[in-house]
Amino acid sequence: MTRKTIKVSYLARVEGEGAFSVVVRNGKVTSAELSIFEPPRFFESLLRGRAFSEAPDITARICGICPVAYQMSTVQAMENALGITVTGPLRNLRRLLYCGEWIESHALHIYLLHAPDFLGYAGAIDMARDHGDAVRRGLALKKAGNDIMALLGGREIHPINVRVGGFYRVPHRRELATLAETLKRARELADETLRWVAGFDFPERERDYTFVALTHSEDYPLSEGRIASSRGLDIGVDQYEDYFLETHVARSTALQSRLSDGASYLVGPLARYALNFDRLPPSVRQAAHEAGLGPVCRNPYQSILVRAVEVLFACEEALRIIEAYEAPEQAAIEITPCAGIGHGATEAPRGLLYHRYRLEPDGTIIDAKIVPPTSQNQACIEEDLANFVESFLDLPDEALRHRCEQTVRNYDPCISCATHFLRLDMDRGSP
Amino acid sequence: MKRTFVIGIGNRQRGDDAAGPDVVSRLCGTLPAQVEVVEHGGEMASLLALFEQAAAVYLVDACVSGAPPGTLRRFDVAAAPLPSEMTTVSTHGLGLSEAIEMARTLGQLPARSVVYVIEGQSFEPGASLAPTVAKAVINASRQLRLEILDLDKEKVTDA
Repeated sequence: MTRKTIKVSYLARVEGEGAFSVVVRNGKVTSAELSIFEPPRFFESLLRGRAFSEAPDITARICGICPVAYQMSTVQAMENALGITVTGPLRNLRRLLYCGEWIESHALHIYLLHAPDFLGYAGAIDMARDHGDAVRRGLALKKAGNDIMALLGGREIHPINVRVGGFYRVPHRRELATLAETLKRARELADETLRWVAGFDFPERERDYTFVALTHSEDYPLSEGRIASSRGLDIGVDQYEDYFLETHVARSTALQSRLSDGASYLVGPLARYALNFDRLPPSVRQAAHEAGLGPVCRNPYQSILVRAVEVLFACEEALRIIEAYEAPEQAAIEITPCAGIGHGATEAPRGLLYHRYRLEPDGTIIDAKIVPPTSQNQACIEEDLANFVESFLDLPDEALRHRCEQTVRNYDPCISCATHFLRLDMDRGSP
Repeated sequence: MKRTFVIGIGNRQRGDDAAGPDVVSRLCGTLPAQVEVVEHGGEMASLLALFEQAAAVYLVDACVSGAPPGTLRRFDVAAAPLPSEMTTVSTHGLGLSEAIEMARTLGQLPARSVVYVIEGQSFEPGASLAPTVAKAVINASRQLRLEILDLDKEKVTDA
């Protein structure tokens, strides 16, 4: 019997610490496991006993790449529990802040983490020797996202200006206008990015995923919406726990989330795009078309293309919000604490991020539940490895191992959020 | 006009990781007006944006290299990369040494680029500086100020 093991002990270019192992017997993959060994951080527990108002600044600390996502799902859930809705300019400012995070997070992943896989480099610094202009473009794009974060969030990482009910301070119209020039340039860079990645060679592999994402009647989803799937699910955010279950698997310190029937599902750019293509502005749809994308993309290796489409969208959306902005009279809605249960879901760059909180009458948090996107994608990542590796077995070991790593990186996994870094074991039997 | 930055990298809430920010706090108000003092989380893209505008950068960071806690070392990174054991403590995979090498590759590394590293002992959330690290912070501040003022470069020993 031939036997092969592919082992990656510390997968680079992912956020966090993890490993994976693929075992092959007689040309068939018999197991593919993603293990996450980052120590759990118990954020849900440390939220208990804290005031509702402290939660956005605590949850922002879960991730240095996507702190806004954590803040946005938190404030939405708290506001749901407290019976208030944030609308108008405050809602739009939150959306603008989220655009900043999408731009900086996607630009980081496209240029510094994922592009080296397609161009055959070990990392971004090696790639920069031959593709300096591209890397400069990526860094300038990321910086534009950082600039939004710094202006609206108070600083580039772990923003400090978001509160339940709105913001601590809202910008004057003229302050936002200073961002417009940066973002016009960023939109050009995003266009160039999409054309650049469209020229990459993509392995032709597809799977019939169950896509899960927020959907919204008017907008491409960022900060709000209903939860929908490509198989007809259409539920309110408060029903999430009726349809999705978290389970513990021994190899991972992160919980794995599945549909209640046990099936895997995919969250993130591919899912958002497939379920909301018609909510993209016509100019962005046209750019996607020119990049070779149809309205649905089932090839996970092309997720880099969809991320580039979303960066273009985020630049356009940010410019639209800045143009229409009139500063609200109050930076936040006044809040009277009350007992309640609140649910929130927003679209982190990596996918759906669900939060639920239960509050005492004085607004103290009794319990908290947080389901990050990487927890939800773990099962899909394992299935991709199991499904695709067989078709790559003719590759030499080093190339095969690299292809496996690329397969994991398709998901821009944020293992830090899900519990941080990856290790691959590939067992393909003896030659 | 190209600028001069003193950049203290680290997280004040993580024990000895506060060494870099503490050094720049001590230097505030003691340097010539044109020298800008920055506290920084260590994120690569935003460090590169600072490098791009600079004629000179002085960076201070905590590290874990196996040396005795509180060891202070100075590296002229314009001349050579940081040694591989200088793994800086960063919340992301792309930190100071990657930022320096990316800047060098892109031709954006300031002609004068100096890194002071202080060996940390404990990076526990909420902890204060270890006494040996606190002493190194004082020494680093003094040496860095002298170097910037160009008064006593000879006393600063290259590692």
